[in-house]
Amino acid sequence: MDKLILYMQYPFVRYALIVGTLIALCSSLLGVTLVLKRFSFIGDGLSHVAFGAIAIASIFSIEGKMVLVLPITIISAILLLRTGQNTRVKGDAAIAMISVGALAFGYLLMNLFGTSANLTGDVCSTLFGSTSILTLTQSEVWICVVLSILVVVLFILFYNKLFAVTFDENFAKAIGTNVNGYNLLIATVIAIIIVLSMNLVGSLLISALIIFPALSAMRLFGSFKKVTVFSAFISVVCALTGIFISILAGTPVGSTIVATQVAAFAVCCLVGSVMGGIRT
Amino acid sequence: MALITVKNLAIGYDSQAILAGLSFEVNPGDYLCIIGENGSGKSTLMKTLLGLSSPLDGEIVPGDGLKKNEIGYLPQQTFIQRDFPVSVREIVISGCQSKMGFHPFYSSKQRKEAEKNMEKMGITDLADRCYRELSGGQQQRVLLARALCAAEKVLLLDEPVSGLDPDVTAEMYELIKSLNDEGLAIIMISHDIFAAMKYSDHILHIGDELFYGTKENYLIYAKEDLSKWIN
Repeated sequence: MDKLILYMQYPFVRYALIVGTLIALCSSLLGVTLVLKRFSFIGDGLSHVAFGAIAIASIFSIEGKMVLVLPITIISAILLLRTGQNTRVKGDAAIAMISVGALAFGYLLMNLFGTSANLTGDVCSTLFGSTSILTLTQSEVWICVVLSILVVVLFILFYNKLFAVTFDENFAKAIGTNVNGYNLLIATVIAIIIVLSMNLVGSLLISALIIFPALSAMRLFGSFKKVTVFSAFISVVCALTGIFISILAGTPVGSTIVATQVAAFAVCCLVGSVMGGIRT
Repeated sequence: MALITVKNLAIGYDSQAILAGLSFEVNPGDYLCIIGENGSGKSTLMKTLLGLSSPLDGEIVPGDGLKKNEIGYLPQQTFIQRDFPVSVREIVISGCQSKMGFHPFYSSKQRKEAEKNMEKMGITDLADRCYRELSGGQQQRVLLARALCAAEKVLLLDEPVSGLDPDVTAEMYELIKSLNDEGLAIIMISHDIFAAMKYSDHILHIGDELFYGTKENYLIYAKEDLSKWIN
């Protein structure tokens, strides 16, 4: 406990906790929608695109990588979600293509043009987010706070429409809802969340942040609202627990958070099957 | 004036027509049954009427001031919905989504509308239950209540009784008929020629031969076919 209080006095620990909480909150919000639309892996696909974009940004040593990474990721997200229906390349295949392709190109570029002395270390921390959350600058924290608030506000404002579009796209379209517009919105928000989350867990582990809270909550609850609220709650709890454990035990932040979420999922499964679910 | 007038419509996918030369109209209070074999284009026709796919030729003219958000639709169930964690009330009120405009939340008037339609469908006591735990017939009632929230003038139903057992099927048909008696125009796709004969007043038969007309005329037109089916 003393150790914890000592650590809390360092600004970087406080930053990590703020950013961690916000990212966990945002990433869980759209999880339910993505899982149910069978887009669980979009997190992986997009984060690899973001990895590629980071590689390009660091080659040209662009200050503030966000400027490049965010637009590229948003465009990819729109393209990916658009492939959802009626196209030759189906959703899962499209995600697989983009994700591996971007990963390969990113690593290739970093290798060919990289200036860093510690290439493997750079790549590793981008992929697994090993330390980046503990090295956040104040401006990065602010960007994260602003984007998180944006995501949460958008989500609350469009909650009812998002539900309608997720549950029954054809019905929504038939009665005059602008389905394409909302799909675009979902894609954009997802992209923002992915870019934010890369700080926390790195690009390989992002999917966990998006889908585990939703899957855990779906084990226990039978209404969309309750599932959404509970997944946000469990996501924040797991992120904070994970960060504390990693600080105290000196383990990597990203994988500790994901491990906590796996444990939470196991607990939810167990509770769900024992109680038959708290159904309403 | 007709609610929907269809003139010389051609429908299909990827500019390949599966049906052409369709003309018919739906008047207020009509009960139109669309019958035809599997693959004859019934569902595509309905999607075209709803604006989900675009017509290849011809036109669909809405009349009588019919707006897009006055049409209700009961689609066939999708696989996504089977494990969707959602309560009955949440589904029913989502039928009001087109009436929200730019308001982010449902108004109390829309909530009342949802309650009223749940009562009409006899599912008020299921309001807080999870959709995936309901029986097929109950699920259909939920989706019908949602369609009612959207339907002011016209209700389109795509095989509303598929997968239901005979008792529940009969109940469902009676329910739809009672809505029609209240003045709602019904357009229903059906396999079930006998139900079509019993409940509807107009028939649109699609396939190799097209027929549109009143039920009485259809009986004369399809006498041979019908007697074949009955025997």
